[in-house]
Amino acid sequence: MQYMLLIYSDEKATAAMPKADVNKMLPAYEAYTKGLQGAGALLAGDRLRPTDSASTVRVRDGKTQVLDGPYAETKEQLGGYYIVEAKDLDAAIDWAARCPGAAHGAVEVRPLWPMTT
Amino acid sequence: MADDDLIDARAEAERVAREGYGRLLAFLASRTHDVAAAEDALADAFAAALVHWPVTGVPRVPEAWLLVTARRRISDEARRRRVRERDRDRLLVAAEEAAARCADEEAIPDERLQLMFACAHPALDPAIRAPLILQTVLGLDAGTIASAFLCAPSAMSQRLVRAKRKIHDAAIPFAVPEATDLPSRLDAVLDAIYVAYGEARLTDEAVHLARVASFLLPGAPEALGLLALMLHLQARGHARRGAEGAYIPLTEQDPTRWDGRLIAEAEGLLLRASAFRRPGRFQLEAAVQSAHAARRQTGRTDWPAILGLYDELLRVTGSVVVAVNRAVALAAVDGPRPALAALDQIADDYRLADYQPYWAARADILAEIGREEAAQAYERAMGLTTDDAVRRFLAERSAAARSRATGTVRLSSVAADEHAVQHRFPGRRQRPS
Repeated sequence: MQYMLLIYSDEKATAAMPKADVNKMLPAYEAYTKGLQGAGALLAGDRLRPTDSASTVRVRDGKTQVLDGPYAETKEQLGGYYIVEAKDLDAAIDWAARCPGAAHGAVEVRPLWPMTT
Repeated sequence: MADDDLIDARAEAERVAREGYGRLLAFLASRTHDVAAAEDALADAFAAALVHWPVTGVPRVPEAWLLVTARRRISDEARRRRVRERDRDRLLVAAEEAAARCADEEAIPDERLQLMFACAHPALDPAIRAPLILQTVLGLDAGTIASAFLCAPSAMSQRLVRAKRKIHDAAIPFAVPEATDLPSRLDAVLDAIYVAYGEARLTDEAVHLARVASFLLPGAPEALGLLALMLHLQARGHARRGAEGAYIPLTEQDPTRWDGRLIAEAEGLLLRASAFRRPGRFQLEAAVQSAHAARRQTGRTDWPAILGLYDELLRVTGSVVVAVNRAVALAAVDGPRPALAALDQIADDYRLADYQPYWAARADILAEIGREEAAQAYERAMGLTTDDAVRRFLAERSAAARSRATGTVRLSSVAADEHAVQHRFPGRRQRPS
């Protein structure tokens, strides 16, 4: 099974964090990513730039509309993701719980729905 | 063919259905992750058995016959229901494997516990766990479950379908969790069974589930504790109703009308559980009921012992339901004023607004002090009960309290009784504070 771990956190709070704390987060994510790699569970993953860099696109009546900002204004924002290989939901939840983002924000676990079965 | 044979075949089909359904479903579902498809196949097989067995006689190994029939149905059903091929194939293989085992008279492994852990998985809505276990392990239909949970059958069906789809799509495992996770995950299973017990129409089914859980987990003292608790409550089933169906609270029940056999079994289980020296919520609750049951021998209720058990329960659970029951015990030990103070401490909890035993306990305690607000509290309690006999009982108490505005009323609150089951809360989501 493949799962996407969507990491949500309050990006304003993160931006306001002292640099020393931010610097501590990076090694935590590096270690986590290495852990996933070492277990052969890592399929993909990255950070996302903050939502002020987001653009939302819709096509209506053949016209492309582009809006500045994320699709939904939420208290916590999608800030990164991993795609992991896991035996079942328990294994995926275990990975989600180890993700540094789970300790201050939240990690949503979604099974991938492959296009071909 | 004689009528007797017909009855035998029907009875045998029903026996296999009762005892074998959960086992067969667990075996099929755990290998395919597709609970719904396995249910459909088995339901068809049981329906076929009711048609064929009265004519052909009961097969030598009924379970194997059922699985071979189920296997045939899976292919047909899959075409009709557009089950994905991979799932259909896995289901076919599982049905074949199970049928082969039965034919060899090697009993199919009992995986009902794994099924229960899947159904009470933390990733599923707590409110659907008990209905899901009742449906998958015992084969109850959605309509029966819906009426027990006071919910529209269509809504219940939808929620059950959604939960089964999540088990499949998110690959919720059919497994007994690792030792580190076991205690908390087992709590969820036992909670779900206790919720089922709280639904008056499903008590026998819930006791059966608790028997299965304690049989399959003989090393889990809380599973034994839950069964002991439920048997103690079951033992009082008849004593709870008087002539013309009047409600009789625990403290006024005639102990000779309690079922001594069930009490003895409960005591044995509690003893076995206590040997593990790992007390927990259900063992403590069973111990409270055991203390009440002792009145059968001693003729009196040891309220200080019960209060001590509730103190410990409150420490373990922090539950407001326990706090209500503790207040009732406190009233019996120290009188109504400290008990009222204890209730006042939790009065702000929003969950108590519609918790009937809280209002019944509060009413009794206020009446005992001789306070006029007792009438309003009785009224709240009456408005929240679903049991007409309890409503009449509360109305009588309220009238008695009014007629002697001062003086003492013997305290035998509904809250102290077996209906103060914790079932109203676990299923509800905690409001973020």
